[in-house]
Amino acid sequence: MRVTGRSLFDKVWDAHVVSDVPGGPSILYVDLHLIHEVTSPQAFDGLRARGLRVRRADRTLATMDHSTPTAPRRADGSLPFVDDAARSQVATLERNCAEFGVTLHALGSEGQGIVHVIGPEHGATQPGATIVCGDSHTSTHGAFGALAFGIGTSEVEHVLATQCLLQRRPRTMRVTARGALAAGVTAKDLVLAIISRLGVGGATGHVLEYAGAAVRGLSMDGRMTVCNMSIEAGARAGMIAPDEVTFTYLEGRPMAPRGDAWARAVERWRRLASDDDARFDRELSLDAADVAPRVTWGTNPGLGVAVDGVVPTADEAPSGERAAWQKALDYMRLEPGRPIAGAPVDVVFVGSCTNSRLDDLRDAARVLRGRKVADGVRMLVVPGSQAIKRDAEAEGLAEVFRAAGAEWREPGCSMCIAMNGDEVAPGKLAVSTSNRNFEGRQGRGARTVLASPLTAAASAVSGRIRDPRELLR
Amino acid sequence: MTERTAFTAVTSRLAKLVRDDIDTDQIIPARYLKATSRAGFGANLFADWRESEADFPLDRADARGAALLLAGRNFGCGSSREHAPWALLGAGFRAIVARSFGDIFRQNSLKNGLLPVAVDEATHAALVACADEVTIDLDARELRFAGGRVGFEVDAFSRDCLLRGVDELGALLARLPEIEAFERRHA
Ligand code: SF4
Repeated sequence: MRVTGRSLFDKVWDAHVVSDVPGGPSILYVDLHLIHEVTSPQAFDGLRARGLRVRRADRTLATMDHSTPTAPRRADGSLPFVDDAARSQVATLERNCAEFGVTLHALGSEGQGIVHVIGPEHGATQPGATIVCGDSHTSTHGAFGALAFGIGTSEVEHVLATQCLLQRRPRTMRVTARGALAAGVTAKDLVLAIISRLGVGGATGHVLEYAGAAVRGLSMDGRMTVCNMSIEAGARAGMIAPDEVTFTYLEGRPMAPRGDAWARAVERWRRLASDDDARFDRELSLDAADVAPRVTWGTNPGLGVAVDGVVPTADEAPSGERAAWQKALDYMRLEPGRPIAGAPVDVVFVGSCTNSRLDDLRDAARVLRGRKVADGVRMLVVPGSQAIKRDAEAEGLAEVFRAAGAEWREPGCSMCIAMNGDEVAPGKLAVSTSNRNFEGRQGRGARTVLASPLTAAASAVSGRIRDPRELLR
Repeated sequence: MTERTAFTAVTSRLAKLVRDDIDTDQIIPARYLKATSRAGFGANLFADWRESEADFPLDRADARGAALLLAGRNFGCGSSREHAPWALLGAGFRAIVARSFGDIFRQNSLKNGLLPVAVDEATHAALVACADEVTIDLDARELRFAGGRVGFEVDAFSRDCLLRGVDELGALLARLPEIEAFERRHA
């Protein structure tokens, strides 16, 4: 028996270990398996080849988001897929879900959206659960106190066939954000600051727990933004202990427990928080008040700076990273030694599983209301789900975007991964609320600057990277 | 159980792409992820770098036909796409030698018979300078080259699966009674 207290991660992990494989990994039980069209077809083929069924279709939930068009249907009612491969990938998921009895929120249905947006919306994402998906941003669901992580396609097949995975126990790290975020500074800025501190591989092998007053002060939308980007520091997962904010969000959602079962669940969930004497393998803490709006200047999410800061020179790189910094600076073509604010912008993207929820759209609208997207700038606003689209339209946000000259699209991953035809042209600079600024992520040769919805909107109206605090005064 | 070629030892020259933080979007760009089979990804390995860089290291004469790839730190970070190891295998690689690996990439590779080998800084520096053949011996858990021999870590379970050429799903399916018992306990 452990003598010290247990962390949130310990409690969820321990409750899901089926057994240990001698000399190897643990068999970990999966409560919820989320599926999308890109990383599942080969797994379903594997089941067919072995004559296996989906063991727990009731614990499996599918949607389509990566290859799906975000433009409206054509006049003839057809969907404007970018190519036949995209159409076929979506059709393959439909066929697989029908054949194996998996619930699918298909394109055109009201429950469809980005996989990490709809899980929480439907109430499928619950505290204390283990959640996996063939997608690295599965870490998003950790915002509810779930242990949620991305897996590969072979593992998708393992879960479909057995509802289990072979996993080695990861290490733990607590990230404590003390105090409160200043006005104009958001969850996105906080997590970008944390990733810069840890480095793009700094949390490899770890599960993060985000704690501290600044994290407690975030809405569920903000908490999801933080947990979503855990993988960008290399972490398998990020978690936040559930509290009243979590319970208020979940109560009444279609898949959440009801009546007596709800009361019992909440009682159970309250006990998930890390014990006072829980031990973590590593600790990091920071003062939230010191965090400014952040933007990235390089080609991974760790290479960032405050929006009122300066693009670094390669000479400032930590030892051993000079060549990588130089390569990033060459690719991004931002001027080293000059303020990053003021750099000309071609495209602005508000969307992705990081920042496509209602709070994010409200932030963008706050800046855009009564203003216009600058000449020569293309701005896309892509809601994370059909539900968010409906809410944003009911609240008048869509009208604000349209009046400002932005495109208001159908839900999906869109320009976050540029698989569906929504892409940034070669050499163009995009300020994006998504999570990866890797070379070519938003289209071949595209240059990506990651930012919050506030900073993205401020940059859209200015035509240049802009500190949103100047427009919020 | 699905059988694949058992992995014992591989001897080859190193193809060298000594860069840190090579993400899976570089290994196989997203626009090539629309195929619904496992085959054919090798042709698009590092597609964007190949197109945009003159003299891309893997296209040099001395890298042709290499079965071992030498990279930098944190190889395979980012997206969970298993298409990354499929592309590397499709292009003829059997093992990747690096300072460290992204977690999901490492797992995906082991499940496909692509061996991730992490080495320390001194070994890495020696390999960067090495033009000769290198042997990765999984059975002995050892990397051998002109500069000497060094051990590497691979957990016993993955090693056993690789050596026998079997996949992990077989091991899980064999434990179904325990999984069912777990479900009964937690129903
Ligand atoms: S929005 Fe982007 S990061 Fe999120 S699931 Fe889609 S492609 Fe992946």
